[in-house]
Amino acid sequence: MNGSNEMKPVNTSDLMKDLSQSFKSSFLTHWYSTLVGYLSGTKSFYILLAVGALIVYGGAMAGLDAMRIGYRHAYGVTREISWGILISTYVFFVVTSTGLCIVSSIGHVFGVKDFMPIAKRAVFLSIVTIVAGFTVILFEIENPFRMALYNVISPGLTSNIWWMGTLYGAYMIFMIIEFIFLQLENHKFATYAGLAGLLSGIAAHSNLGAIFGMLHGREYWYGPYLPVYFIASALMSGCATIIFFTWLGYKITSEKMDRPMVRSLEAISKLCILMISIVLFLIIWKIITGLVGGPGKVEALKAMLIGPYAFNFWVLEIMIGLLIPFALFFTSKGKNLNTIFIASAMMMFGIFFMRYDLVVLGQAVPVFYELGVNEYKGILPYMPSFHEIAIVLLGMALTGTSFILGEKVFRGHKSEIH
Amino acid sequence: MKKLKLPTDDMKQERLDSVSTMERREFLKIGLVITGVFAGGTILSAMSNMNKVFAAHEGKVEKYPHKPHYSMVIHQDRCIDCERCVEACAKTNDVPAYGYRTRILEKDSPDAIGLKKEFIPVLCNQCNNPPCVRACPTRATYKDKKTGIVMMDYEKCIGCKTCVEACPYNARYFNEEKRSVDKCSFCYETRLSKGETQTACAAACPAGARIFGDLSDPKSEVFKLVHQVEKAVWVLRPEVGAEPNVFYMKG
Repeated sequence: MNGSNEMKPVNTSDLMKDLSQSFKSSFLTHWYSTLVGYLSGTKSFYILLAVGALIVYGGAMAGLDAMRIGYRHAYGVTREISWGILISTYVFFVVTSTGLCIVSSIGHVFGVKDFMPIAKRAVFLSIVTIVAGFTVILFEIENPFRMALYNVISPGLTSNIWWMGTLYGAYMIFMIIEFIFLQLENHKFATYAGLAGLLSGIAAHSNLGAIFGMLHGREYWYGPYLPVYFIASALMSGCATIIFFTWLGYKITSEKMDRPMVRSLEAISKLCILMISIVLFLIIWKIITGLVGGPGKVEALKAMLIGPYAFNFWVLEIMIGLLIPFALFFTSKGKNLNTIFIASAMMMFGIFFMRYDLVVLGQAVPVFYELGVNEYKGILPYMPSFHEIAIVLLGMALTGTSFILGEKVFRGHKSEIH
Repeated sequence: MKKLKLPTDDMKQERLDSVSTMERREFLKIGLVITGVFAGGTILSAMSNMNKVFAAHEGKVEKYPHKPHYSMVIHQDRCIDCERCVEACAKTNDVPAYGYRTRILEKDSPDAIGLKKEFIPVLCNQCNNPPCVRACPTRATYKDKKTGIVMMDYEKCIGCKTCVEACPYNARYFNEEKRSVDKCSFCYETRLSKGETQTACAAACPAGARIFGDLSDPKSEVFKLVHQVEKAVWVLRPEVGAEPNVFYMKG
């Protein structure tokens, strides 16, 4: 704006345009450059690390406090809804981890060249996220020490949760071995470990789906849908997560992406578009088949589509988690890095609520719903408590700090094309 | 049926639904003390079950897998919601106030002719195909081979609550004091193993609503109630396929 403009009679639409332009040019770019400055500057790197460590510490204290006073008092879970946000956050982390493992394997195990540049970081992050998941579930299991003992000496071989835990344990070890071999530049053994990790990860993850899918008393979950959906959804999460963290990683080291990395992100964007489509397809058919199901299933879907979970479903899951990112990926064709970064961030945010809604909604319809008794007529309430949210933040902060630490320690996870 | 002269007969506006549950329970307890057993519950059995579809012959197999094959038949129409069973259960089995092994559910049928309220006692169904046992990662919960009771090995429970989720009957809760999931065991530890023949709830019921016994014994009352075709016998949520051993009937 210049002086002569100010002298003119005020035209409202011009003024609005000016204002919005100046907002865009000053605030948004300023915000952006501030963020970038923070991520790359040495001082702010330590500030971020300190903040992250503080949240981890606070979350761990909250978790220990919950252990001390008893989960029944500390958490918002009830007899009817005994799996809350901690279970859904655990699911969120292990879905992400499995997805990262699958994405990394496309390059490292199956040799697709475009997927190689991101693979090292993906392997590192898959370890970080599985550890974050295990940390969160540590504060959910009432007797974690007994778990370590009786999982081994009294295994329940018909139990999906036993298989899931055992396979994820193996998975974590394989991924760590793969990462070590990658650091040693021993690609032959890294590939073997990666393949073992991939197989155990997929087996573990489909078992996670089956934990819910094999509960025949829970109509909303029961069936072969969830193990399949979980795998598709994992790959989608993996794509979003690796785009998100690769972009951030380059900001931290304030380096410019080389050509293979840009091409790699482009390829992942395309895979991400495909996976969003597949997940949308699965969701659509889940809804359509569910609507002709029993009253309990219909009640759950009603809660999701027009009831108390409608905002979560339509706005957080469908719009922010799937449709807007789809549009952003599609229009940018994976070429505009900032756009696909925003899309991937939105997806991760939306996917978190996908897990939450899946876990809570499956229990929100009471098991005695169809009996028509006064006690169980409608959707049961659940609200995460302070302690639960603090532990969720612990998991997030643990991931974040491990990530920025990893970027520095492993120098941006550089790897040669081989 | 002989009509009893009750002090409430003159109170024209007095209906069940205008009395709170707690008030009714308290009142019923006073009444029970005075009159003793409630005439087998027939006073309250206003609704006919003749048009009720006969239950699929759940559990009516020739050979039962357990001996004794413990089972319970609940005369749903005899339950008057006095909750003596719930109290007896809590006392016998050390059930904390925040949990329960058995409870009474209430069902209103506003459009029904006559009595518009029913009470449905629920407890662990000691299923033949228990979803909770299948789901337990450490075999902390198991189907006892001898009695068919779904038992807990409290020491092995890791508290993952998968069994709580798996149970189609909401029969499980996490017991803080035991640091384990807790559930009805037909009073095995507290009564049956000590020579008693009744569960605490069945023994405490003043209306004879809960009949406990050995389903594999043709001389037992539960056997006779389940193995007949005149009256409908059903189980809760048969579609789950858990094959429960708690049966319901009216009349």
